Amino acid sequence: MTISAHAGDIDRRLLMDRSVTGRKAFTLPDSDVPEQNLPDSSFLRDDVELPEVSQLEVIRYFSVLSQLNFSIDTNFYPLGSCTMKYNPKINDELSNLPGLADIHPLQPDETVQGAIRLLKNLQDDLGEITGLPGVSLAPLAGAQGEYAGLLIARAYHNARNDSVRTVAIIPDSAHGTNPASAAMAGLDVVTVRSDDQGNVDVVNLRELANENTAVFMLTIPSTLGLFEPNILELTKIIHDVGGLVYADGANLNALLGLVKLGDLGVDICHSNLHKTFSTPHGGGGPGSGPVMVTDELAKFLPKPVAEKTDDGYVLATPEMSVGSINGFHGSFSIAVRAYAYIKALGLEGLQSVSENAIISANYIQAKLRDKYDLAADRYCMHETVLSAARQKKRGVAGLDIAKRLLDFGIHAPTMYFPMIVDEALMVEPTESESKETLDHFIAVMRQIDDEVDSAPELVHEAPHDLPVTRLDEATAARKPVLRWTAD
Amino acid sequence: MYPDDLKYSKEHEWVRMNGNIAEIGVTVFAQESLGDVVFVDLPDVGTDVAQFAKFGEIESVKAVSDLFSPVGGKIVEVNAAAIDSPEVVNEEPYGTGWLIKVELADASQLDDLMDSATYQPTLE
Amino acid sequence: MASSANTSVNHPYIPSTDSERAEMLEVIGVDSLDGLLGDIPIEHRHPKLDIDAGLSEQELSTVFGSIAAENASSSSGYISFLGAGSYSHYIPSTVRSILQRGEFVTAYTPYQPEAAQGTLQVGFEFQTIICQLTGMEVANAGMYDGPTAFAEACLMAARVTKRTKIGVLSTADRRLPDTLLAYSKYQGIEIVEISTDATEIPDDLACIGIQSPNFFGEIEDIERLTNLAHENGALSVVHVNPTALGMFKAPGEFDVDIVTAEGQPLGVPMAFGGPYVGLFACKKAHIRQMPGRIIGRTTDTKGRAGYVLTLQTREQHIRRERATSNICTSTQLIGLMVTVYTATLGKQGIKDLASLCYQKAHYAASEINGLAGFSVESLGSGGTFFHEFVVTCPESVSKINAALLDKKIIGGLDISDRLDNGMLVCVTETSSKADIDKFVQALSQIGASA
Repeated sequence: MTISAHAGDIDRRLLMDRSVTGRKAFTLPDSDVPEQNLPDSSFLRDDVELPEVSQLEVIRYFSVLSQLNFSIDTNFYPLGSCTMKYNPKINDELSNLPGLADIHPLQPDETVQGAIRLLKNLQDDLGEITGLPGVSLAPLAGAQGEYAGLLIARAYHNARNDSVRTVAIIPDSAHGTNPASAAMAGLDVVTVRSDDQGNVDVVNLRELANENTAVFMLTIPSTLGLFEPNILELTKIIHDVGGLVYADGANLNALLGLVKLGDLGVDICHSNLHKTFSTPHGGGGPGSGPVMVTDELAKFLPKPVAEKTDDGYVLATPEMSVGSINGFHGSFSIAVRAYAYIKALGLEGLQSVSENAIISANYIQAKLRDKYDLAADRYCMHETVLSAARQKKRGVAGLDIAKRLLDFGIHAPTMYFPMIVDEALMVEPTESESKETLDHFIAVMRQIDDEVDSAPELVHEAPHDLPVTRLDEATAARKPVLRWTAD
Repeated sequence: MYPDDLKYSKEHEWVRMNGNIAEIGVTVFAQESLGDVVFVDLPDVGTDVAQFAKFGEIESVKAVSDLFSPVGGKIVEVNAAAIDSPEVVNEEPYGTGWLIKVELADASQLDDLMDSATYQPTLE
Repeated sequence: MASSANTSVNHPYIPSTDSERAEMLEVIGVDSLDGLLGDIPIEHRHPKLDIDAGLSEQELSTVFGSIAAENASSSSGYISFLGAGSYSHYIPSTVRSILQRGEFVTAYTPYQPEAAQGTLQVGFEFQTIICQLTGMEVANAGMYDGPTAFAEACLMAARVTKRTKIGVLSTADRRLPDTLLAYSKYQGIEIVEISTDATEIPDDLACIGIQSPNFFGEIEDIERLTNLAHENGALSVVHVNPTALGMFKAPGEFDVDIVTAEGQPLGVPMAFGGPYVGLFACKKAHIRQMPGRIIGRTTDTKGRAGYVLTLQTREQHIRRERATSNICTSTQLIGLMVTVYTATLGKQGIKDLASLCYQKAHYAASEINGLAGFSVESLGSGGTFFHEFVVTCPESVSKINAALLDKKIIGGLDISDRLDNGMLVCVTETSSKADIDKFVQALSQIGASA
């Protein structure tokens, strides 16, 4: 057998296929206590079949795997609605400090005053930024924050003996978690239409809002990257029928210091710390989704809430709390990073974040609008939704364009979302990217548009230059192989 | 594409009658719209289904659709091949890719369905 | 307050300069940022915000250093005997090293599999390891944490059995049924408590939720309870401690239907409670009812092996209000830590670790049991415990713990709400014999003066 000479060839064997009996990567210390009796052998198991590899093999295996990824540290990542901004390195360092990384969640409050003070300060800052002063950092992700928000809405209505309210009104442009969370909260989902400008259809909302409306779930800015011009009217319609307004804060990166959600009539919102507040996405979590509410609703917040008392800082359970939505106090290490981010930017820096995010998105939109259709022909906020409908007619789908971007080292935009836009490509550059990067992206997008006619196969078959070409997702789903097995 | 011996529903299912047994599947239009079918969820034999009621689900990689029975009656057979190898729904939607067989309760229900010539224009 | 592009501050996290902003605004066709904000009601634009001015990186380090210094931990000379769902274990250098790889840390969810093979292959390794540890057929790529994994498992059992009553064993950590309650409150689910020695259960239960080792550290009779569940058409859901699986029989050996666990003990810092990762495994037959992300193996157009997110139609972004769960994360980065940790420990290490925890905890228990006024209790199904045990104390645990704190010892958890003067003590490999002896001696002194 001849060994092929390609430095770029990657050994993708799994750990169990690299395992050699007797190899080890780690040694435990010997026991320093007198030997204790083992339980009856009926309790005990045979070996656990874990890999036997050396320490270098562990490091090399995972290091090589990491190089197969796109990431913010290595690539431009204009993924709409995901806010792929720079994740400052100092935040990771601070979250790993002794005294923060090694404290136990059930330690007495008096031994963790610094930690609880940090949580309280972050609560205060998030309350100030959103204009909704009641804050719980417990939710472990945006979807949990959203679910907590719905539990709060239900608890509020129930406390007023107004339990017939079982409807959540959700725009047709909403993210899938909105209806999924509403269903978990036992609410019936009613969909409100978008008008031809991409706004919530005010007339339709007025028709749908009634004495059964528990909550109206609105993403601000919308998933089309637009700020609802009728926002004050929308919130009033809901309040007039006795419902509450929940804002999905996934797109909060557009609003820092520019407007407070609480001022607009929003009663409840969540924020994704892993988006707006720069904590790493980690390849799909961990996230953190604090929930913010009006003073009136604060007594329903999930536990715990950090409070300052005369005796110091404590983790408290609000008077009519909706309870525990997870094990302990939320994603503390993520909260540390988010607080460090807010402290590093300060007031002016936070305002600058949103200003630059908005300018960058509009710049891309202005430079691409002659080649790509716009979901809505008006200024956007922090992201712009393009449509590849024109390219589709010429034989190349949005998916192909997204895949072709990968060949240029640019991550694909969010595709086919929101669902109301044909061939949607949602682009969110964030404030982190320089004008040179934006110009490069614009040039690549224009070149791909040319390729649709000049070299369509290049686009259809992309990516060409990555560790793998397109993968057979149909077979993966038909005949699932979900783990290593010996064979 | 749309054989003349079948009847069609507006939800893009077809029916083939054999005596009083209705064989039911999805049309070429339905399977092409879905893309690669990866999973079908079918009811137990012996259960009843009403005309135009949901009897199962069909999934592609990134979409899921409800299946509606064009006629009502007792389900007498489900296609194990479609469950084990869902690709047959793409490959032979009117043949090995059939989904369920129903003992027709009321033959007049067939009148609520379209023939090929009526169904095809609805796809445009 | 005036605001336009020229008020933007220059910050290390924001590259655009004043002239670049002006250039971009000109291309857009507006004079200032406010030209783009016309949809925001003018009376609410640019509100006053009470947020401090920004700090330099050096100042940040100082501020956070002082916050950290206000907390008591092993780094400030404290020894601790707390467990109850979060455990102190040594984290190997390999885990910390791989956690420095920005390619893992700053990647997004692998929706573009061609650009995320690293994340996806790690996830596949994670699923494999969880299956090997638990003895189950399939695992997902991770949940938020242990209690939410348990809650989702019980709701999955309700979907599988089409029943709405969920039994939870009385010896389980109350955080498990509490989280389940918050998850199921509006789904018509009833939660009932099942005694650990029950020989009969209601015939309409969806599942029995069993924690083993239970809240009190003891091994439950998983086999008997699982058989009892199956005899009544219910599933068995078992919540394990993954470290214990280095030594005790895997739930897969007992025909268990769903296994969940808190993944934190496998290489994840305690970090005041999170982020952690929930482990979730089940029988293959139930896979379409499983919540969360699942990674599968397939091939590319050239026939090379690769990995993708699969069975996605279960999830919220496709099935929306009919999804198996609203979760849209796999807590991937923490899953990476678990994967590197277990790969590092390997076949021998996981066994040695479990043994070390067992030996030290049993040494501590026998020493404490010998003290006047203290006694080690059995509250579970047989008294066999792993690395946690319950002690009844001669006076209130709060008083004892306050006295221990003066000696820089963080005592066990006060569980007087479940047992008078009860303390739940945890001992892992991170406690030396000297630490244990110091703890025992302190208890002895406090007990003598009680």
